[in-house]
Amino acid sequence: MKISQNWLHEWVNPQTDLDEFCSTITMAGLEVDSIEPAAGEFTKIVVARVVSVEKHPDADKLNICKVNVGSDELQIVCGASNVREGLVVACATIGAVLPGDFKIKKSKLRGVESFGMLCSEKEMGLADQADGLMELPDDAPIGTDVREYLKLNDTIIEVDLTPNRADCLSVAGVAREVATLYQSKINEVKISEVPVGIDDTFAVTVSATQACPRYTGRIIRGVDTQAITPLWMVEKLRRAGIRSLGPCVDVTNFVMLELGQPMHAFDLDVLKGGIQVRMATTGEKITLLDGKEIATTENTLLIADDNQPLALAGIMGGENSGVSDKTQNLFLESAHFNPLSIAGKAREYGMHTDSSHRFERGVDPELPIKALERASQLLIDICGGQAGPVVDQTSNADLPVREPVQLRLERVNRMLGIEFKAPEVESILTRLGMQLKKTNDGWLVNAPSFRFDIAIEADLIEEIIRIHGYNNIPRKLPVYQPVMKPLVEAEIGLQRIKDILVERGYYEAISYSFVDPKWQAAIDPDLAPVKLANPISSDLSVMRTSIWPGLLKAVQHNLNRQQSRVRLFETGLTFVQQGDELVQKARVSGAITGALVAEQWSADEQKVDFFDAKSDIEAILSPAGLKDVYFEKAQHPALHPGQSAQIFKKNKAIGWIGALHPNTQKKLDIDPPVYVFEIDQEALLEGAVPGFSSLSKFPEVRRDLAVLVKQEIAVEELVKSIKSVTSEIFQEILLFDVYTGTGIEDGLKSVALGLILQGFSSTLTEEDVEKEINKIITVLNDRYGATLRE
Amino acid sequence: MADLQDVLKQAQQSVADSTDLQSLDEVRVQYLGKKGEFTAQLKELGKLPGNERKAAGQVINDAKRAFQQTLEEKKQQLEAEKLNAQLSSETVDVTLPGRGQQAGGLHPVTRTMKRIKELFSDLGFDVAEGPEIEDDFHNFEALNIPSHHPARAMHDTFYFDANTLLRTHTSPVQVRAMEKTEPPLRLIAPGRVYRCDSDLTHTPMFHQVEGLMVDKNVSFADLMGTLDRFLRLFFENEKLQTRFRPSYFPFTEPSSEVDIQCVMCEGEGCRVCSHTGWLEVLGCGMVHPEVFKHAGIDNEKFTGYAFGMGVERLAMLRYGVNDLRLFFENDIKFLKQFK
Ligand SMILES: [Zn+2]
Repeated sequence: MKISQNWLHEWVNPQTDLDEFCSTITMAGLEVDSIEPAAGEFTKIVVARVVSVEKHPDADKLNICKVNVGSDELQIVCGASNVREGLVVACATIGAVLPGDFKIKKSKLRGVESFGMLCSEKEMGLADQADGLMELPDDAPIGTDVREYLKLNDTIIEVDLTPNRADCLSVAGVAREVATLYQSKINEVKISEVPVGIDDTFAVTVSATQACPRYTGRIIRGVDTQAITPLWMVEKLRRAGIRSLGPCVDVTNFVMLELGQPMHAFDLDVLKGGIQVRMATTGEKITLLDGKEIATTENTLLIADDNQPLALAGIMGGENSGVSDKTQNLFLESAHFNPLSIAGKAREYGMHTDSSHRFERGVDPELPIKALERASQLLIDICGGQAGPVVDQTSNADLPVREPVQLRLERVNRMLGIEFKAPEVESILTRLGMQLKKTNDGWLVNAPSFRFDIAIEADLIEEIIRIHGYNNIPRKLPVYQPVMKPLVEAEIGLQRIKDILVERGYYEAISYSFVDPKWQAAIDPDLAPVKLANPISSDLSVMRTSIWPGLLKAVQHNLNRQQSRVRLFETGLTFVQQGDELVQKARVSGAITGALVAEQWSADEQKVDFFDAKSDIEAILSPAGLKDVYFEKAQHPALHPGQSAQIFKKNKAIGWIGALHPNTQKKLDIDPPVYVFEIDQEALLEGAVPGFSSLSKFPEVRRDLAVLVKQEIAVEELVKSIKSVTSEIFQEILLFDVYTGTGIEDGLKSVALGLILQGFSSTLTEEDVEKEINKIITVLNDRYGATLRE
Repeated sequence: MADLQDVLKQAQQSVADSTDLQSLDEVRVQYLGKKGEFTAQLKELGKLPGNERKAAGQVINDAKRAFQQTLEEKKQQLEAEKLNAQLSSETVDVTLPGRGQQAGGLHPVTRTMKRIKELFSDLGFDVAEGPEIEDDFHNFEALNIPSHHPARAMHDTFYFDANTLLRTHTSPVQVRAMEKTEPPLRLIAPGRVYRCDSDLTHTPMFHQVEGLMVDKNVSFADLMGTLDRFLRLFFENEKLQTRFRPSYFPFTEPSSEVDIQCVMCEGEGCRVCSHTGWLEVLGCGMVHPEVFKHAGIDNEKFTGYAFGMGVERLAMLRYGVNDLRLFFENDIKFLKQFK
């Protein structure tokens, strides 16, 4: 909320400077967001009257004006469209300096001399936009300094109010808070009942008394809506960020800013029958003041007449029933709406108004009549007219009740970690306008009617330290008794996995969890991704089913920025709908492209391939153990059919590895080959506690075999078969060559295996070794037709 | 028989003339081998009369020993030269870079979260995690934010349907922890959160670390002390000033925002702190009784505090990053700076 310092000073004026003041209210929870002067820096602009206006002979849009600045009559060339004879304006004279250090000098415009400039609000730094010259009241004293005349030596303080402090959404409210903080006196504006000049009343029926416990209003007849809003009011509105829109609207806005009560003025002659405050039925149509037509939903509180809805209660009035140029007679509304009946409603209709902002946070139920009298007085002062008697429909049973709140001194001190004494607590709460009744262990506290936020003991505790000062509480470090916690040794931390990848040259990426549906479809065309109902943009509209889309986008980003070698990994959740269940699974994903190692002086460049990615996977799988892990050739829609595998652990599929399919690369507009992997985190993090097996004292024996098998036979198959027939002397198998080409028959490949054997109770004999090797040769021959290479 | 002294002189000259170990060895064979000159001399001894033999032998052996010493010295010299030559030929430019894979690096957000986790782990806080697609209850209702609450508008929530959403904070993790575990509780919940907002200073996804402590006598003074200590340690600045400002969160009461003295200007006032000298870095407060009620925790028996911080915000201040959006572009040139 923007608040003018001058206006606030009319209410309360503590002896302090601006900085200290802003710091004090900020530290009390009324956070000052910004402090700005009410006008730009300028000098030598005076009130002046345009005496005559003549067309410029050589320029269509320019006029030559004679302007009376009090001490002198000046010739000024002016391009504003609203310049006219008799207009009172702000005139910058020769030597004036305008905001932005703009100096006014004598000048010539198309051959005609000009001795100053007539100003708009924008040029004086009063507004961001202006249509033409600022028009001053007719009675403004010619020759007076505009700064003085408009009382522009003022500061606008913008306060960012939290939703619980609706009581401060007015000058009166902020003044009340300031008076409490500084323990100073408050000068409330005098409001007295307006003399009732006519007997007319307008029927008001409230059927929704729960939503609207109080509805007050009155008729005012014979108002002149063409009257000019006085400058002081226009300026106060402007400094609060509200534009002047004619006297009736200005007055209701002014009272809202001053007292905090949103109000509405209806054109009495448009209303049919009487006012009905009722809940809407579904689909009632109303065109609002902003021109938008809406259809109501149930649970919407309406102000209607006998024929039709007139306004969304507490949110916005209707276009047809509002005050217009033709309006002569008004019905002025000042009501209390229950916050729960307004809360969330404006948002439901895609709106947010000054009125809904206040009502949904809570407006003082004691305020409507006071505000009605204040507005009536101001209206009659400005527009004339006669007020009718006040109609007050109050359902006392439905008015919000401030239940007394129990407050215990022991609880205050326990919660805050401080030793307050009863008188300190009493003093603070009393200053806040609360009424206290002593009890055994504390008080029963009644909050004032405007404090909607005081409902429980904790709310009072906050009030106590808020006024005492948060920073006056001594800071303690909680006494902590260290406890030894369970440490699951088989659990591997994700950090370890990340560290391994980092050591292997990867950078960690973090991409959005929502991705472009096109990228998502290029990776997982067979999965329907979970869609956001309100995405921020269409290219961030579906939840990733794999980390690849985001990661590949990052690869592309770097490739497009002259990085030919990219190694990225990311960890995080993926989201897949499986029947009724939405599975949020944590995964680790990687993508590599370009050279295996960064370009260096001592090695020829080698491009990464499938096996580089595979070794990285093996590296991150190894803390949890590679024993039950195997890779199986498999088809993935995004991957190269000849270079893709599914990864299994304990016969459960845990991930994928492969080269991106050339078609995928084309779809994603990525040129160089990219190798990717993705594994369930669970498989990486569930390890085992190591178990010792004794070491043999006897020498190892190595036998090398080269076997010829059909090319399509996977080496992993051979290894599995070998392991299925070996005895306890078999230790390890080393795969040291796979060869096709010269010397090998077409369709066959030579696989060279190093077999490591070792005895545990004795040195192996040649016979032991032969027996083991023969078993191996036999099984390979039986199952795969393998022959020994000569 | 040639004059022994001539032989010795000649032999020593040959040694001196040798330029490598091979020619030196040839010289050795020439003089000491089976057919060598000194060997021949010794063989001649037999021809001498018995009484002269001993003296003559002595002379020959002396000459031979003198030769052997020269030979040995020369050998050592040549060997040293050879080793030096080898070493010199093997000399490398030690300033050339090392070979092989160079390490990459963690994302600055991870780096920052790790730091936060480690600091709180010293105080016994465990790490808890939860789903990112949440239900309305855990993200809002259980945190005392009913559907009509004005605070909902401030959360700019991404929805899937009326009841399913992307979590707007990691507070639901606390709710889930309180539902599952009896106090005392000390935990922090780091993770991704989402808000439907995107401009210079907002990204639709960012990271938060939420903390929760519930025990019999947890106080606001404890909360202040803990966060004050944390912030000084995080920024490694013992003199860092912090201030607590009343604020409002539906799930805590009393609630506070925490400002630190601007780390860019040390409180003097600059563009980063909007010339206030202070930077808002945290939100915190005492757990609201409604939240305890939803989680089934006895509000009379236990008190608790909660806090939440934006990881990117802390990372930006710690490392001086001036553009939030850089965190999610994954530009290697950016990531490299946080190795
Ligand atoms: Zn600063």
